[in-house]
Amino acid sequence: MVVQEKCIEPSFSFLKQLEERSGQPVSRCYQCKKCTGGCPMSFAMDFYPNQVIRQVQLGGKAKLLSSRTIWVCACCKTCKDRCPNDIDTSAVMDALKEMAKEEKVVLGDNLVPVFHDSFLSSIERYGRVYEAGMLAGYKLKTKTYTQDMQLGIEMFKKRKLKILPEKINQVKEIKQIFDKAKEKS
Amino acid sequence: MKFTYYPGCSLHSTAEEYNASSEAVFRKIGIETEELSDWNCCGATSAHSTNDYLAHALPLRNLVLAEKQGNDVLVPCAACYNLLKSADHHMRSGADDCEKLNKDMQEIMGANYQGNIQVKHVVDIFSEPAMMGKISELISQPLTGLKVAPYYGCLLTRPADVVAYEDNPEQPMKLDKLVDGIGADCIRWSYKTDCCGGSLSISQPDLVLQLTRKIVEAAQYAGADAIVTACPLCQTNLDSRQPKFGGGEGSTIPIFFITELIGLAIGAEGSSNWLKKHLVDPVPLLRSLNLSVAS
Repeated sequence: MVVQEKCIEPSFSFLKQLEERSGQPVSRCYQCKKCTGGCPMSFAMDFYPNQVIRQVQLGGKAKLLSSRTIWVCACCKTCKDRCPNDIDTSAVMDALKEMAKEEKVVLGDNLVPVFHDSFLSSIERYGRVYEAGMLAGYKLKTKTYTQDMQLGIEMFKKRKLKILPEKINQVKEIKQIFDKAKEKS
Repeated sequence: MKFTYYPGCSLHSTAEEYNASSEAVFRKIGIETEELSDWNCCGATSAHSTNDYLAHALPLRNLVLAEKQGNDVLVPCAACYNLLKSADHHMRSGADDCEKLNKDMQEIMGANYQGNIQVKHVVDIFSEPAMMGKISELISQPLTGLKVAPYYGCLLTRPADVVAYEDNPEQPMKLDKLVDGIGADCIRWSYKTDCCGGSLSISQPDLVLQLTRKIVEAAQYAGADAIVTACPLCQTNLDSRQPKFGGGEGSTIPIFFITELIGLAIGAEGSSNWLKKHLVDPVPLLRSLNLSVAS
């Protein structure tokens, strides 16, 4: 019996949306896989970088927005620098992360997005990152209290983590920037 | 030579020794700096990962402030450098949203960005021939016998068309030249631009450990007794994810900032205070080579 392979029809609407959003010519990709070859995080990904690009071309939106890959991308830009088609794959990952956040996609492991939220709320509040406060907020939200405890104590002892935050004078300008960023999304 | 100095958040906390050693070296070699008034965080990975607007607007506020203050901006942090430079590049590119960004800055700050200044990294400035000459004249203690692997990481080299000041971003050489210039033994190795995973260090430590371990082991395999970097995230990540703090097997090696090594070689003040901040103590290694540390 001949098994009929499932035929995948590419969807151009998601491709168009992603190309506009990321500013990247994703449709050019011919799967040379140099991005994946140079990716330091490929060992921890559910889709390799070249597969992310292919999924964008095929309209695999749901798979990508719930993927582990987009959050474990280290943003090192090795993929971008080596792409023969001038596609910045990490910028595509950023656009996917932004969309996943907007669409409130539920993830199995939300440690990375929660870290980003904690980091940005520190900036919104003080204009600069208050590391001790940001870490405490992150640990509370993720219940990872014991992780890196020894290291944290050592950093306090070395006074690498400050007890008090540094707040800039014009923190209202930062708040306005955040307001505009929220308006946009 | 006068610059507007942008330290960034890390240099006021986890990497204070990078701040102190940069300032000590600036003083010693005659680079005049004035801190950027009321600077804010560049937004780092968290901004560009989750919000395109913040990714440009947060560094842009600093560029607007810097342009008002005058002089080019000098940045020691590789991440801040990368993001300020990316925002500068974006504004010069004439992309669709540039006008809107500048209009917003005008509304919020009463000024916008004209692109009359440049963003420079300390390694770029130190490795200029005239500056290398000056450093060379000031050397009081060549770092003879110190085998160092120069580690560039990602943010100083990529994306090359935006941030790199190297002839070949896949084989950067400016840290190598500085290490050679101060009499240390510069190790050749193939991991100098590999990523250490710094941006995931807190949220995914187990994954990051696999990257830092490889980099430290590769440096040791190549014969290095220490690594030198120009990025506070790489330094903290490599320094803290070693066996001493549960970072797997193997021995530990110190991770220096380039300004610390230059400072040691030219006898800049305060080096013992910088080195005290390290998690992996570099002093025993320096002592074994009869290199003295200034108080």
